[in-house]
Amino acid sequence: MSLVHLTINNIPVEVPKGTKIMQAAQSIGIDIPHLCYHEDQRIKAHCRLCSVEVTGRKRLLAACSTEVWEGMEVHTDTAVVRDAQVTILQLMLANHHKDCLSCPRNQNCDLQRLCSRFNIMESHLPSVVKEAERIATNPAIVRDPAKCIRCGRCIRACKDVQGIAALTYAHRSSDITVTTAFDKPMEKTDCVLCGQCSLVCPTGAIVEKDDTDAVLDALQNPGKHVIVQVAPAVRVALGDAFGLEPGDIVTGQMVTALKLLGFDKVFDTNFGADLTIMEEGSEFLHRLEHGGTFPMITSCSPGWVNYIEKHFGDFTAHLSTAKSPMSMFGAVAKTYYPEKTGIDKQNIVTVAVMPCTAKKFEAARPEMGRDGIPDVDIVLTTRELIKLIKYVGISFNNLPESDFDSPLGLGTGAGAIFGATGGVMEAALRTVYEKYTGKTLERLDFTAVRGFEGIKETTVDLGDRDVRVAIAHTLKNARKLMEEIQRGASPYDFIEIMACPGGCIGGGGQPIGTTNAVRQKRMAALYELDKSLPLRKSHENPDIITLYKEFLGEPLSEKAHELLHTHYHKVAKEYEF
Amino acid sequence: MSTVKFLTQNFGAYDVNSIGSYMKIGGFNALRKAVNMEPSAISDLIAAVKVKGRGGAEYDMGRKLSQARAVVGENKIVICNADEGETTTFKDRELIKNDPFNLIEALIIVGYAVGATDGYIYMRSEYACYRPVILNAIRQAKSYGFLGENILGKGFDFNIHLYSGAGAYVCGEGTALIRSIEGKAGRPRMKPPFIKQSGAFARPTCLCNVESLSLVPHLLMDDQEFYARLGSGDSIGSKLISVAGNVNRPGVFEIAFGTTVREIIYDLAGGVQKNRAIRLIQFGGASGKVADASVLDTPYTYEGLRGAGVMVGSGGMLIIDERTSVLDFLLMNQEFFSEESCGQCTPCREGNLHIKIILDKLAEGKATDEDIRQMKKIAQVMSVSSLCGLGETAQNSLLSAMKVFPSVFQPGGKNK
Repeated sequence: MSLVHLTINNIPVEVPKGTKIMQAAQSIGIDIPHLCYHEDQRIKAHCRLCSVEVTGRKRLLAACSTEVWEGMEVHTDTAVVRDAQVTILQLMLANHHKDCLSCPRNQNCDLQRLCSRFNIMESHLPSVVKEAERIATNPAIVRDPAKCIRCGRCIRACKDVQGIAALTYAHRSSDITVTTAFDKPMEKTDCVLCGQCSLVCPTGAIVEKDDTDAVLDALQNPGKHVIVQVAPAVRVALGDAFGLEPGDIVTGQMVTALKLLGFDKVFDTNFGADLTIMEEGSEFLHRLEHGGTFPMITSCSPGWVNYIEKHFGDFTAHLSTAKSPMSMFGAVAKTYYPEKTGIDKQNIVTVAVMPCTAKKFEAARPEMGRDGIPDVDIVLTTRELIKLIKYVGISFNNLPESDFDSPLGLGTGAGAIFGATGGVMEAALRTVYEKYTGKTLERLDFTAVRGFEGIKETTVDLGDRDVRVAIAHTLKNARKLMEEIQRGASPYDFIEIMACPGGCIGGGGQPIGTTNAVRQKRMAALYELDKSLPLRKSHENPDIITLYKEFLGEPLSEKAHELLHTHYHKVAKEYEF
Repeated sequence: MSTVKFLTQNFGAYDVNSIGSYMKIGGFNALRKAVNMEPSAISDLIAAVKVKGRGGAEYDMGRKLSQARAVVGENKIVICNADEGETTTFKDRELIKNDPFNLIEALIIVGYAVGATDGYIYMRSEYACYRPVILNAIRQAKSYGFLGENILGKGFDFNIHLYSGAGAYVCGEGTALIRSIEGKAGRPRMKPPFIKQSGAFARPTCLCNVESLSLVPHLLMDDQEFYARLGSGDSIGSKLISVAGNVNRPGVFEIAFGTTVREIIYDLAGGVQKNRAIRLIQFGGASGKVADASVLDTPYTYEGLRGAGVMVGSGGMLIIDERTSVLDFLLMNQEFFSEESCGQCTPCREGNLHIKIILDKLAEGKATDEDIRQMKKIAQVMSVSSLCGLGETAQNSLLSAMKVFPSVFQPGGKNK
């Protein structure tokens, strides 16, 4: 690759041809301010905050979108540049609802950070914010249009990553807004509540619905027995918020923190994941032996379930009827657990910490409970857990490690890798192979289903037959597999779909700053975790074996069906184009 | 001083609904000549005359065509920008209305010169009444074999499509215009990719103004030396201008470059109504700069106007007499941009909003020194950092007025 030579603030720089000014500056340690630019998104060049001076050019050039050229002289700190940066920030501030102290993104807001960096102590311009209500009509996502700086990141995430385009620009000039079709509440649009928009929003304009108060209330109520389950993807992401390296595994500290927070029992969603594999794997074998709809498709990602219900509603029979690990755990926690411990189930509060905003919606589905009582009472995202940990003043990095509690706290490596795209498939294959063939799997690692490619596929030899499987992450990729099914041309027997990029590790409820580079580190961490565990097959989890022996009987038993399976249905759209 | 007749030589000379009538005055002879030339010879010829594009950016037309030809790519497109959205600008309308076949012929010749397969005419929605004329011209040209496959037996395929905008000023900006043609919201995008490499439908695209295109058949057939002699200095040939405002005879005039502003206003446009004094003149539409009456003896040339602090721009001229204050004019102009900004980029979206607020305060006599300082800063930041030409030029009128009429921008003072 040919190199280009330029200077930035008189410092000679050598970068590959095609490099943008912003990255060239980064290579010598200069961070050019930006808001609409996001490393995983196509360049928009809307906010203009990255404007820099280039010798010989009358106008400033956007560093995010301008390629360097040989002999280019860039200046990032001239009076003109500084005027532009400060004026643009002032203009944004004047049209931003500045209730920073009570904003969910306080101290974690790109706009706030830049105003601090440029020492903006007061705004010179009159406020022109249009009064707009916070829109909190669903259990997962809250929009606050008065905080929107119209950067367009959420639009790109929804359209380019998920292929949904529930959010878009409407109107123009100073009336331009980011909104849904016909200004409908998000849940009544094509939106599936995956929360990828909330992950890329630089301000507090799109956030998760905050349920931390409900958890604190429960914890402070002496009459309640509050138990918590934590999804696998949380333990490889939580550390980001406490200055640790992306992908650092903090399981032990996390459990200690949850105990310090006052949870009566700290359990593991990996246990639920193992249970899901028992049921889902058995369901797949049942379909193989007795016939059924193929390909069978996983149903543990609630963003994906919402998607198929809204976008491919005629194909829900393809979904596995097995509930997600979170919901299976909830069902067990509200039935088996009280029976085993003698605690009145009325007094049990189940909390789930999830990397996901759509899980809040899943927990609230009528299918996920009985007698009007939900199996999972409260879902917190990773971001909300971070808030709780900070709230109680725990010095996270110095915490000793603790183990999950029994009897719902033991998970295998198969449960752990649920958090990565391909992980559910790999976990299922480990169990399906051994159950179908009756042989012991020699190599546990199905490397063909690992990695960050959008769609992966492989064929597994089960002795007397092959099983063709495919894995997709992001709904844009899911659509491709679904369209194949729609055409009757799907060659697969079993498909795993995760709504978010990378799977749950890249979920919409993960810490702000979750980029694709970070996702890959978390993914590696989960496989590391899997490798380090003594048990790596769900059906070898002794607590799962006990659960079946004491309570459920067999996989797919009547009781298992009643508690652990459900059906999903087409959701009619409120409008068609 | 009078007008000249080069670009407008066909006006009234033929029936605009009849290709036969157009051919009787020599119509399509330029195309016949062109397809027997090497394509590069056409851009060389235009380059030799040193014609600047008439869209306002003053880009060398010959260079534009040879660059478009040099771009590697299939199915190139030539777009005729007939959006003519600048205020006080209506000269392209005269070309569309009075000489539609020449425009069609020009588009085909340029298509041949750059190696394009399709031509688009992007016409502003307000010109919908001329759609039948253009559509008829396209249809007749096609039936005569000037459009379609194997044009004039030379193996050259070319078709023309007419597309009407939906009324947004910003769609005169190249990338917004292209998005509009593609069926998307008419909002500008960043460059690169540049239009010439990846324009409409991601195909290499050459975008030309109606007036620039209309010159081409005449330059091919006529005495280019005559044309060059019409000009003055670096401003070659003639220019179609539109004069509006408080003059006795507003209208479109083809002038030789070098005609003075005074001659334009007092000879061609019949002078200021009731002989009132001139408050200001805005050159080039809403995005243009303003001057006071001291500009009257300036020759209307690219360099002459630039020397006087203004620009040719769209070719429009707005004459405002003493009854209207500078501030009232600026408020009107600002209202236009507050409406027409696309709203994507921060400086333009928010800047127009705040400048409007401060201008209102100034008009009420309530603006402070700090307000005026802020207004100027915002205007400057808009012009250097906006995403597209709209934001870049929206405050040309304000910034030039601040230079020409400093007394207007005093705190507290209600002004003139």
